[in-house]
Order: sequence, then C-alpha cells, then structure tokens
Amino acid sequence: MQLTNRAKQVDRKPMTFLESIYLWNIVKGMGITISHLFKKKATINYPEQKRTFSKVFRGLHVLNRDAEGRENCTACGLCAVACPAEAITMEAAERLPGEEHLYREEKYAAKYEINMLRCIFCGLCEEACPKDAIYLSETFAPANYGRKGFIYKKNDLLIPHPIKEKEAYEKALGGRVVINK
Amino acid sequence: MYLLSIDLWLILEKAILVAGIVGLSFFIAMYTTYAERKVAAWLQDRRGPNRAGPFGIFQPLADGGKLFFKEEIIPLSSNKFLFILGPALAMITALVASTVIPWASPFITEGGNVIPMQVADVDMGILLVFGIVSVGVYGIMVGGWASNNKFSLLAAIRGASQMVSYELPMGMALIAVLFMTGSLKMSEIVSSQIQNGWHVMYQPLGFIIFFICALAECNRTPFDLPEAENELNFGYHQEYSSMKLGFYLFAEYINMFISSAIMATVYFGGYDIPFVNEASWGLSPFWMTFISFSVLMIKICFFLFVFLWIRWTIPRFRYDQLMNLGWKKLIPLALINMVITAAVMLWLNK
Repeated sequence: MQLTNRAKQVDRKPMTFLESIYLWNIVKGMGITISHLFKKKATINYPEQKRTFSKVFRGLHVLNRDAEGRENCTACGLCAVACPAEAITMEAAERLPGEEHLYREEKYAAKYEINMLRCIFCGLCEEACPKDAIYLSETFAPANYGRKGFIYKKNDLLIPHPIKEKEAYEKALGGRVVINK
Repeated sequence: MYLLSIDLWLILEKAILVAGIVGLSFFIAMYTTYAERKVAAWLQDRRGPNRAGPFGIFQPLADGGKLFFKEEIIPLSSNKFLFILGPALAMITALVASTVIPWASPFITEGGNVIPMQVADVDMGILLVFGIVSVGVYGIMVGGWASNNKFSLLAAIRGASQMVSYELPMGMALIAVLFMTGSLKMSEIVSSQIQNGWHVMYQPLGFIIFFICALAECNRTPFDLPEAENELNFGYHQEYSSMKLGFYLFAEYINMFISSAIMATVYFGGYDIPFVNEASWGLSPFWMTFISFSVLMIKICFFLFVFLWIRWTIPRFRYDQLMNLGWKKLIPLALINMVITAAVMLWLNK
C-alpha cells in the first residue's frame, strides 16, 4: 500500500571501491558541517539579551492599583473560583474609616496569595476579575531555592504605588496594564 | 676524559627547550579542549562556552580546576598500582613523542653557535615517534585491565588492536616518504622538503593514509571505539575519576597536537614557508626562528581544526568496518603507494 509518493527505493547495490573508502562522502559531509560555521546562530545570550515576548504573553501576576494608588481588589473571590489550578487564596477584610486612600472600595483583600508552582498562567483570573485588579505581566516567576518562595504574597504581587514610586510603577505597567478609568 | 666532560650550556639549552615544549603541549592541549567545544558548537549552530572570561577563554582553567577538585575513586577490586600507572603512561608517552620534532629553524647566536630548536635530532627520528606511539597502547591497556571491569577491558582490547592495526598502514605510508628523503632524521626530512617542495605534493595518497591512521592512533572520531560513549560507557577510562580521567583526556589532546606536528613536519614542510626563500630576507636570527616557529604552529592549528571538524561531522565506524578499512583498504593502498614511489624513484635515478 502506498500512502504517499515520497517513498524512495533503498539502493542495496554493493558499495564500489571508492564508496567503500568513504572518502568522497566524508568530504561531502564535511562541506555541509563547515557551511554551518558561517550561519547565523539562533541562540540568544540570555542575561545580556532578552527576547521580546509576544503581545499576549502571560507571565507573573500583578495586583493593580488605580490612578490614586488605591488597591482595586475587593476580594470577591471570582479569580479564585475561575482558577483551574486552585492557585489563588485570599481573605477579605472590611475597610475601616481612614483607610480610604489605601483601598478603593469598602472591602479589600487582607491576604492574597498565589502559588506559582500551581499556577498554569492561563489568564482566567484576569478574565474573571470585574475590577481590573489582576493582570498577568510580561515577567515570569524567577527561580527559587524553596517551595515557600513560590507562594507569592500580596506584597510581592502589588504593583508599585503610581505616585510614590512612579518609575517602578511605569516599569511594572510595561504598556500592558490598563489604568483604571 | 672527554666522555665525562659535560657541556653545561647544552644541558641548560635542552632543559629550556624541553620545558618550553612541555609547556606548549599543555597549553595547546588545554586550548584544544576549548576549541573542541567551540568548533562543536559552531558546527551545530550553537555558541559554545562563553561565560568564563571574554569569549569563554578561561573555560579550560575552570574545567581543569573542576577535575582537580572532584572526588577521586579507586575501585576496591582494581589493581591500585596499575590503575595509577595507566594514566601516567598515557601522559608520558604523549609528551615524549614531541622530542624529535624540529619546532623551528635553528637559532644562530652571535658567537656563531647553532642551537637547533629540537630536543634530540636522533638518527632514527621518525622511527622513535612510532616506537613511543606504540608504547602509548600500554596506557590504554593497563588502565583498562587494572579497572577490573568488563567494559573497560573490552574497550582496552579494542583500542589496542585498533592502534596496532593502524600502525601498519601508517608506517607503510611513511616508508614512501623515506624513499624520497633517504633519512629517518626529522631535520633531514624538513630540509629535503625545503629544497624539493613539500612531500604532500608527491605523496597525496600517502598523506591521506597517514592522516586517517593518525585519527585512529589518537582515538579520535570516527575511530574512537575504545571510548565509545554509548556502547562501552566511556570505554577504558570508565572507572577513572578526577584528574586521572583528566590525564587520559588530556593525553588524547596532546597526542592530537603531536600527530598534527608530525604531519606538518613530514608532509607539509615543517617550519618551511611555502613559495618564498625566507633566508634571503636578511632577518635577525631571533625573528627567523620566531617566524618559522609560527609557521609550524599555523600548520599544526590547521590540522587540529581538521581533527575537530572531522569529529563533529562523521559518525563512529562499526568495529568490523574499522578493521576492514584498516586491513583491506588502507594496507593495500599503502603498499601500492610504496611500490609506485619506489618504481618512480628508481626510474628517476637511472
């Protein structure tokens, strides 16, 4: 049965003397390898050069703040529900009087943890969030010596303050996160 | 009492030369390991080691340091004396073979003394190299046997039979050269090439045979059966660790260096610069020696590159292919080459 017309008949003729010395074929092979010497290398020298991520790259999570620097998250738990890997845990707390400059709404996340070893970076939390509070950034979780280091607390995830730490905030923004209108 | 009088200057001169050549051998071998990794990478579209120092040039130092600090294991059931003797033998034989190679044109001092850039210009020069290379088999044999391991022993036997069978065509290819020079002295082989042109022009077939045999003698791919990684678990040095392993590997690179030097000397005119008569330039003796030495080094580096190039192109031969090639192809070819050379020499001298 013939599936494709690409099959080639194997040549089973006994080798001629020249072939059995292998010399000519070796010279041909060496021509092929030497041509690779002058080819452009595909490798990227990682720490010095970084490859640009695609526009839709999903990396480490960022907890967003609004333009005044207040946390967007209201600890509604939709992201934790949406998460297929069950990587997100949170505890809600009520905003007290005098904390209006810290939290945008009257409920906020007192504890917010993402286990980066569980996370599959699918981005469903980002889609589920009604408050534009969680985004996936263009960085990825750096290596760590212990498992505990991969459980990112709220402080690790929060984006820098847009007024107090303007530069760091803009860097973290990276043209990706939409500032809350 | 002439026999007892010792020329101290001669001893000093030779001592410096020996130290220089041994140092050079180690240096070249070190950087051949680096070149090996770089060339392998380039031929495979990679970049190769580039972290230790600029372009990774300190990589061999890092590798060597690593080997020194690794745990040293001598198997309980091994023969300890022979186990240690193996790598030592491999190293010694690799280094000794460099004694008869003329590294540069003789240096003439202001007093008119001629200092040959050669440790020993013995009458049987090239034959001595063959003798030493044959002793090199013992490094493999002793190491493989002393390890008390089936794979090591198998590989050692393979290696020994391979080296013995490839010495034959190598020697026969060389006999054709000796017909032309009429001397075994390395210095004469070089000077006859300076006068009559390189031997590779008259002996292209002989050179190819010699080159193939040199690959086999150095246990280089495609003839690296003694240390076939994927069949024999690294072969004869399987039980070796730390710097003893390093010595085996290092001896292989020194062997490569020395055989490149011999090929350059015997077939490619040694330190001769082609197409020019450098004696007419009127350079100072130092520069003459230096330039001739550099020319030899360039030739050697070219051969080293070809060694590496071949390694990263050709897959390993099967053992029966290896033996067929050696006994059924190369020996008849070398014999034919020898007979033709002899006939032509006779016809020309008539």
